[in-house]
Amino acid sequence: MKIAVLSGKGGTGKTFVAVNLAAVSFRSTYLDCDVEEPNGHLFFKSSISYSEEVKVKIPYAISSLCDGSRKCVEFCQYNALAYVQEKLIVFEDVCHSCGGCVLVCPNGAIREKDKVIGVIQEGQSNDVRVISGFLNPGEASGIPIIKNILQKILLEDEKVFIDCPPGSSCIVMESIKNADFCLIIAEPTIFGVHNLAMVHELVSVFKKPFAVVLNKCSDEDNPAKTYCLNQKIRIIAEIPYSEEIGNTCSNGLILVRELPKYRPMFQNILAEIEKGNYK
Amino acid sequence: MKRLLILSGKGGTGKTTIAGAFVRLLKAQGYADCDVDAPNLHLILKPQSTVKAKPYFGLSKAKIDIDKCVECNLCRQHCRFDAISIDSSGNYLVDPLSCEGCAVCCYVCPAQAIGLEKSVDGKLELYNDGMSVFSTAQLKMGSGTSGMLVSEVKKQLQPFEQDIEIAIIDGSPGIGCPVIASISGVNMVLIVAEPSLSGLNDMKRIIATAQKFFTPIGVVINRHDVNSTISKMIEKYCREQNLSLLGKIPFDRQVIHAVNAGQTIVDIDCPAGNEVSKVFEATIELFNSL
Repeated sequence: MKIAVLSGKGGTGKTFVAVNLAAVSFRSTYLDCDVEEPNGHLFFKSSISYSEEVKVKIPYAISSLCDGSRKCVEFCQYNALAYVQEKLIVFEDVCHSCGGCVLVCPNGAIREKDKVIGVIQEGQSNDVRVISGFLNPGEASGIPIIKNILQKILLEDEKVFIDCPPGSSCIVMESIKNADFCLIIAEPTIFGVHNLAMVHELVSVFKKPFAVVLNKCSDEDNPAKTYCLNQKIRIIAEIPYSEEIGNTCSNGLILVRELPKYRPMFQNILAEIEKGNYK
Repeated sequence: MKRLLILSGKGGTGKTTIAGAFVRLLKAQGYADCDVDAPNLHLILKPQSTVKAKPYFGLSKAKIDIDKCVECNLCRQHCRFDAISIDSSGNYLVDPLSCEGCAVCCYVCPAQAIGLEKSVDGKLELYNDGMSVFSTAQLKMGSGTSGMLVSEVKKQLQPFEQDIEIAIIDGSPGIGCPVIASISGVNMVLIVAEPSLSGLNDMKRIIATAQKFFTPIGVVINRHDVNSTISKMIEKYCREQNLSLLGKIPFDRQVIHAVNAGQTIVDIDCPAGNEVSKVFEATIELFNSL
């Protein structure tokens, strides 16, 4: 079963929940798809057993073959090419690696080279297989890295936890595409609610079974809870706001490993997910 | 018009809370919310004027005319985004959520069965009450054009640049395309750091990103007293990198109350609000000296 952990807003506790769920599961796989700011590895502190560079294709021109027809410049939908002073210039940052320029060049003057945009690392932490992706600073899109991480899922993986990036844009969509279940983490602020509504829409469009975990709950008003009740969204846990939890997390420690009394809370979340019957 | 951008790398460190306070304290003539994926600034600043909304067209999407399609499979072979599939009745179709509008399929199709269609990927909004202008947007979920929309949000302030001394811009989390689009052309980035191991790690990555674009950087630590050990590590990192630490804001339960009441933290009297005022002064002083 592949469980995606997501939230519209950042900082609601996605990584906290995903890491602890993976740590209470028997032989699980944790995938950090928040490749812009991957943090799961800070908690698992796994030694790295495997590492792989992620590359995309970037075009370049062989100037002796280029006759300045500008066909590629006209074709490129992203304005990633310009022909200036009898030379083809490639703006790598905006190139989508579609390969169109190579196809349209009448002289076969355009070739492609690999450009490294980040890295994937795999390691082991107790019985959790930990795979994280890291986008290099200055690179625009982590999607090729996310695609690569998701290919690392093996048939024999029983429980896979996908730690998603925040928001509801293409990178999140890519991360949840193949998930069997979406677990949405929401915090008790009006910011949290506004963003919860957006991810709610996203999982609905993808027709994914989903449920909500309310994080940082206190005895005060919880607008996120009100939203869930009004929308008839299933809430499967309310994690309290506590200094103990906060401190453990901020120091990069895994709650269920440090303080076993929290294990049942996460085991219950898993049991609730496995029960099924979600709409 | 000069621009001050607020970023954090990690989400939930307090970008919008601080941006909202800065807009109030500066009585900003212009401000923008570039977190187009999850815009929240309007929730605490509540612009009162009427809004001018317009659709935002992102990248076009390919569309296959089944009547013309000869089922040669060339489009599917050449699509690098795996956006073309064959349905159960054997028809070729484009998944608009995967299509990036590159037009390669249109080019390779021998039957001219594929065209590009404009697609609405969100909406742009502009508030103008005569005193201040606020530009914001909402990206349609699943869209892959957040960077382009961020540029559009910033462009909406352009016609008012004579009237705006300093524009405050609230950014998005992460380090990818919307963040890079928001950094371009700003005079300074204020990074809101959070004292946790994750926060420290993410701060380093956003600093590395801003430095790639040679943008001056200031740092503020939010909820610094939640973990004083890591807070000190952030301070040390700033000293080593020669970055200005512009202040430290304490953890304060009243911040959540203010936010949930739709207020900025300087609209009420609270310790975090008082400290943010000092951070504001230090930031503006540094900003004006650049």
